Amino acid sequence: MAITGSGYSPIVIDHFQNPRNVGELSDANAQASVTNPVCGDVLQLMLKIADGRIAEVRFKTFGCEAAIAASSLLTEMIQGKTVPDVQDITPEMITAALGGLPKVKLHASALVEEALKEALEHYGASHG
Amino acid sequence: MRRVYLDYNATAPLLPEALEAAVPYYASVWGNASSIHHQGREARVAVEDAREQVAQLIGADNPFDIVFTSGGTEAVNLAIRGYAYGNRARGQHIITTRAEHPAALDTCRALQQCGFDLTYLPVDGLGRVDPEVLAKSIRSQTILLTLIHGNHEVGTLQPLATLVEVAHAQGVPVHVDAVQAVGRVPIDVAALGIDLLSLCGHKFGGPKGVGALYIRRSIGATMQAVVHGGHQERERRAGTEDVPSIVALGKACALMGQRLADEGNRLEVLRDRLESEAFSRIPEVRSLGKSDDRLPNTTNISFAGVKGEALVFNLDLLGIAVSTGASCSSRQGVPSQVLEAMGVPRQVSEGSVRFSLGWGTTDDNIERVLNVLPSMVERLRMLSPLP
Amino acid sequence: MKLPIYMDHQTTTPVDRDVLEAMMPYLTDQFGDPSSRSHAWGWAAEEAVDRAREQVASLIGALPEEIFFTSGATESDNLALKGMARAYQEQGRHIVSQQTEHRAILDSCRRLEQEGFAITYLPVDRDGLVDPEAVRQAITPQTILVSIMHANNEVGSIQPLAEIGKVVKARGILFHSDAVQTVGKIACQVDDLQLDLMSISAHKMYGPKGVGALYVRKTRPRRLKCTPLFDGGGHERGLRSGTLNVPGIVGLGKACEVCERVWRDEGERLTRLRERFVAGIMQGLNYTYLNGHPTQRLPNNINLSFAGVDGEALIMGMTEVACSSGSACTSTTLEPSYVLKAMGLDDALVHASIRFGLGRWTTEDEVEYTVQTVVSRVQRIREMSPQYEMMTREGNSRPG
Repeated sequence: MAITGSGYSPIVIDHFQNPRNVGELSDANAQASVTNPVCGDVLQLMLKIADGRIAEVRFKTFGCEAAIAASSLLTEMIQGKTVPDVQDITPEMITAALGGLPKVKLHASALVEEALKEALEHYGASHG
Repeated sequence: MRRVYLDYNATAPLLPEALEAAVPYYASVWGNASSIHHQGREARVAVEDAREQVAQLIGADNPFDIVFTSGGTEAVNLAIRGYAYGNRARGQHIITTRAEHPAALDTCRALQQCGFDLTYLPVDGLGRVDPEVLAKSIRSQTILLTLIHGNHEVGTLQPLATLVEVAHAQGVPVHVDAVQAVGRVPIDVAALGIDLLSLCGHKFGGPKGVGALYIRRSIGATMQAVVHGGHQERERRAGTEDVPSIVALGKACALMGQRLADEGNRLEVLRDRLESEAFSRIPEVRSLGKSDDRLPNTTNISFAGVKGEALVFNLDLLGIAVSTGASCSSRQGVPSQVLEAMGVPRQVSEGSVRFSLGWGTTDDNIERVLNVLPSMVERLRMLSPLP
Repeated sequence: MKLPIYMDHQTTTPVDRDVLEAMMPYLTDQFGDPSSRSHAWGWAAEEAVDRAREQVASLIGALPEEIFFTSGATESDNLALKGMARAYQEQGRHIVSQQTEHRAILDSCRRLEQEGFAITYLPVDRDGLVDPEAVRQAITPQTILVSIMHANNEVGSIQPLAEIGKVVKARGILFHSDAVQTVGKIACQVDDLQLDLMSISAHKMYGPKGVGALYVRKTRPRRLKCTPLFDGGGHERGLRSGTLNVPGIVGLGKACEVCERVWRDEGERLTRLRERFVAGIMQGLNYTYLNGHPTQRLPNNINLSFAGVDGEALIMGMTEVACSSGSACTSTTLEPSYVLKAMGLDDALVHASIRFGLGRWTTEDEVEYTVQTVVSRVQRIREMSPQYEMMTREGNSRPG
């Protein structure tokens, strides 16, 4: 068992070591690719929304451990939920669901929230 | 879980022989080395013996040219500030490089704020200074050249003999930040004509909390102290001598001096193995700063398509300690200053991991890393959207 | 009884066994650098440092974030004086201190004088004490810092720091004290003394050499500025760069924790021993004077002048007892004690002075033995001294 005096919760470590929903969707109807210009993290989020619900979600992330964990956690959070359910997700909620993040890593939650917003916008734009 | 420590450039464990030598000076011979009674005199002898041991490791003719400090950072500060302020009347131009350790870099910047004129020489793709570029940058008001030998991030060793010659030809003294080099590669300050040299204990098996500055006799007279109050270290650095740590430093110097060639070879073999196996088992990797003139214990490898930070974190979860210069939490969030100076593209820099070996590193350690690294890199690459 | 008897605890102390034990893991397998953010060795080291910070803070009634680790009190004094002076020089360039400060303060002041600062070195009275009223009068609109040591290392006199603090803070000026001889020995709380800055040394309180601390009060609305002595890495929140000396810091923390537990009882015990010591000397010898305030002094400090005796000769001849004349920092140059001179002692008595510092493990037997040894040696020296004969014949009372 690793000592994690770095300020990471077991939830972060779990999502980093066992990320959920990694990959791409060939039939995605909502997607986004966002980059954090400061540290270069890249998150690609793909959703398949059907009957108003997020039926499937996949992610790919190039980033630090916090970014990877946050991305994975987000997919878990939104899978199966309706669009109204998830459109008010904030970075703070993501951070809290991760069990907290060190201050220097809060940008990971921000990046993930931004990807979600963009993906939903992308969906909204093409679905009136 | 078998733990593997490969971050010797950050700090190293204390050599057991050095600790053993130091222990009596905590509670059996605890005198203040400046005291004239028996307790003090014993402490004084121990300090002077250690001074000789340090002098011997770096080829200093006279032990009295060694000043003990509280560490490498203080030694570098004393060298640069002490010399600059002491010689300000002769000129205010100082030359350094863009690939220095923060100890020198921050000190130079502070001097700049106080009115000194600084030139930061470029370095090539391997981190080396071009003697011709140096020669051209020297002016009549140049009073000091300070450069790092044994770069902390990639291990670059400078062509010291040539650079010192160039500097001296124009009357400029040279300070060498040898914190990463002492105890790892041979250094001879007398043969090289080096004027000032900084070292610290804890990179090569000596203790934390102590370092030393070598000051060549002829230039010492003009230097100003940074820490005042009391006549210790012949007025060059005040403060009660940390006898146990000084003794441990001396012992570590003596030991590493004996083992220098063998240990250098041993580490080089281990390091080269780590590097070459990583290259053969993992696609799209590059070694940063790889050359023949490199510390034998250091390799800085960049893995395309992953963040060095994520790799480092993952390695720690398996009990393996390494580091990266580039991280969200590193100072100001900029990827490594040194790598940038070497012209390493930002993305490559962000994917870099530094492995630095030392006296406790074994074949098994390297084996363990090689066992886990390829699959770890592959996993992180599969997570990434980048091609 | 083991000889020589160590009676020089103001100069330095042995490391307490509990302290060394606490340090050991960090001298062996817990060798990480707290600045290593990327692995468990670093985090474990950071935890140890955090704990030590709490221990130091607890002893002096401060917050952990107000404790900054240095390589010792000399560095802390340098940092406090030069750091504050340079940071606040826009507001003024006058500093008030006093003549019997440790060299670390005085030499830092001299250095600042070279940089254009004006320093007032207040006099002390016969007991070595500073008058708070004198401090008040010395303060000008240009004053940015007052630095007064808590207790003098040579004669043990404890300054009226609380009163001085009142005077200083009434004018809103920064107040620093070199509390090296009092932390962990007598009551020493930063709020009681109204200190903004305080220097601490581990090796005076049964901790290791090579480490100390500077207390810097967390002020509002803005934190105090302090120009660092060293640059490079920005450790200790930019105040003190350089890899942390983890074993030393752990040792300092533990030393503080032990002191917090024992200082009252230890103080009482040492005071009793000190009084026995002095009584024993005075019974056995005349023309012998205790320097420093008789009661407002460190529990363990005894500084005596033996008229007609050369202090150095006495020390050198008395190999069974380790003590000192003047402070260690000046002993190699054989300068007469500037502290005693500032207190008004004439040269003859200054040269006839010796300091004894009792310690945590000093026994009654050791005190007894020391007193006997000193008395007999002094008597012998005096027997052979024409100076002394002259003096007693003329029936001189205490000179100067």
